[in-house]
Amino acid sequence: MIQFVFEVAIGGLLSGVMYSLVALGFVLIYKASGVFNFAQGSLVFFAALTFVGLTEHGLSFGVALVVTLVVMVIAGLLIERLVLRPLVNQPQISLFMATIGLSFFIEGLAQLAWGANVRGLDLGIQDEPIAWIADGTGINISKFDLMAAAIAAVLVTALGLFFSRTRIGRALRAVADDHQAALAVGIPLQQIWGIVWAVAGFVALVAGMLWGARNGVQFALTFVALKALPVLILGGFESIAGAIVGGLIVGCTEKLAEVFIGPHVGGGIEGWFPYVLALVFLLVRPEGLFGEKIIRRI
Amino acid sequence: MLYREAGQFKSSYAADSAILPIRQDRIGLAIILAVAFVVIPLTASPYLFSAILIPTLILALAALGLNILTGYAGQLSLGAAAFMAVGAFASYNFVLRIPGIPLLLAFAGGGVMAAAVGIVFGLPSLRIRGFYLAVATLAAQFFIVWCLTKIGWITNYNPSGVITAQRMQIAGITFDTPAEKYLLVLTIVTLMALAAKNMARGNIGRQWMAIRDMDVAAEVIGIRPMRVKLLAFAVSSFYCGVAGALFAYAYLGTVEPEAYSLDLSFRILFMIIIGGVGTVLGAFLGSAFIVVVPIFLSISVEFLDNSLHLGVPSSVGSNLQLMVFGGLIIFFLIVEPFGLARIWQITKEKLRLWPFPH
Repeated sequence: MIQFVFEVAIGGLLSGVMYSLVALGFVLIYKASGVFNFAQGSLVFFAALTFVGLTEHGLSFGVALVVTLVVMVIAGLLIERLVLRPLVNQPQISLFMATIGLSFFIEGLAQLAWGANVRGLDLGIQDEPIAWIADGTGINISKFDLMAAAIAAVLVTALGLFFSRTRIGRALRAVADDHQAALAVGIPLQQIWGIVWAVAGFVALVAGMLWGARNGVQFALTFVALKALPVLILGGFESIAGAIVGGLIVGCTEKLAEVFIGPHVGGGIEGWFPYVLALVFLLVRPEGLFGEKIIRRI
Repeated sequence: MLYREAGQFKSSYAADSAILPIRQDRIGLAIILAVAFVVIPLTASPYLFSAILIPTLILALAALGLNILTGYAGQLSLGAAAFMAVGAFASYNFVLRIPGIPLLLAFAGGGVMAAAVGIVFGLPSLRIRGFYLAVATLAAQFFIVWCLTKIGWITNYNPSGVITAQRMQIAGITFDTPAEKYLLVLTIVTLMALAAKNMARGNIGRQWMAIRDMDVAAEVIGIRPMRVKLLAFAVSSFYCGVAGALFAYAYLGTVEPEAYSLDLSFRILFMIIIGGVGTVLGAFLGSAFIVVVPIFLSISVEFLDNSLHLGVPSSVGSNLQLMVFGGLIIFFLIVEPFGLARIWQITKEKLRLWPFPH
């Protein structure tokens, strides 16, 4: 029994890493431009579909990866240029709605270009339990999940270093702090926003490939974004660390709840449990785990 | 020239606080109401009723509800469809379990039930705001729809989950044909829109707007945030609940949880953004836009396909529609972030001078 609990918990943690990966895309853009980018889920879908579509056309893994990366970066830059820039200084809700419109557009485009069939995506990692752990402790841990978690960890570390060590990263944080002050000290705002969107496109690609390999490349990938939202409120919209920790909490509790509470209430509680968890959590800490505490004055 | 208030004097407080202080507005509204109540029922085809007019009116009512919450009270919500679902299922159960209950009372009961649920899910708004609240309202969306699917008592243990709505009958009159349903919906929506307009410009509406604009300042001048916010949630959910009941009874003819998906919530949010946040008129304009544009797009794709013999597969057509729809929304937000209601305001300003330049 205790082994089973551990197995579920670890499986949940590892899938939580995948949630964090999607949430990361949200955080990046929210931090830098204050836009709550609902289209991130569609970008994930678009990236995975483009990659699979290209490999189906006979491109090798590496070439397809590079081409998709270029496509995603261009897509990010185009979104910034065509959608977000004309909407600068509009109320946040307008920007949010624009990204919902954008998600419709991207979903339509992706399926128009590559068709709506469900496809498999093979990354060459077997989805099987790791033998020596299973033998030693009786706990099954998927090799694939572990790899996905490792990739996510590398990505997060790289982004963390990028943000804290490089010149562009510092400029990014300055923009996130205060647009006007950043402009005043000579940081090219629009260039920075372009970079953020390009990076978000890249993160979407990684998330899309991992999720696509796990669940198949299909329209349901766009719903991954909905799973990332409770992660965001748990962790705080502005925090990369929050996205990671939030993802782990959501992944773990959701699986545990589904396995141990689900059967008593008819199942299917995975869909809303993270939200209710996040809601209850917010009542205690309104700004999330790592969100910035806002001091309100008149 | 055509639209000028010069020469119209107000000689009493009642005239000063009228909903429509300008004569042209009154005439215009009278014409619109006359067309809606008399001309359209006599002339329109059943298709026009059931595909465009009825859903436009019902969704306008839901948009009105969301506009009260989001537009006037400033609490962003992504769960409007869930409250519609509560209204629909509560009405269904009232009609089912209380024999002889008047239908309108059942609809109102559905609204009250939705309001009660709305208050519960409005409680977090006392602590959190902005996008945190928006995501929190998603909890309502998923949780309520899950409850409606899983709890057998609500659906009267119907195995398929799709329930046929009871016949609509009020005071011995049945509402079966599209034209009759349309008139019923139109009457309810008109009355509730009038109520919303009066709430918005009265004491409650001003309190909502004060909370929206700066809640700390509003609190300082003696507005109780808890009461006002929860009232906004209650009123908004009541409107959504009645709209949801009408949606099931007058439009779909069935009561089913799947009809009230997240997608519908987003569509209602689109309506108020495209129509104009914080306006009653905007709810109607936005609703008409969101209902008509997809129909128009699908007809035009079909028309192009047939006339040019392109042989476009239907999946391409639907994806093109999705793209155009998304693109249009972005376009509208960029061109007119304050919505169609603002375009109407600008037009009115222009009409004051027209055809003279000054």
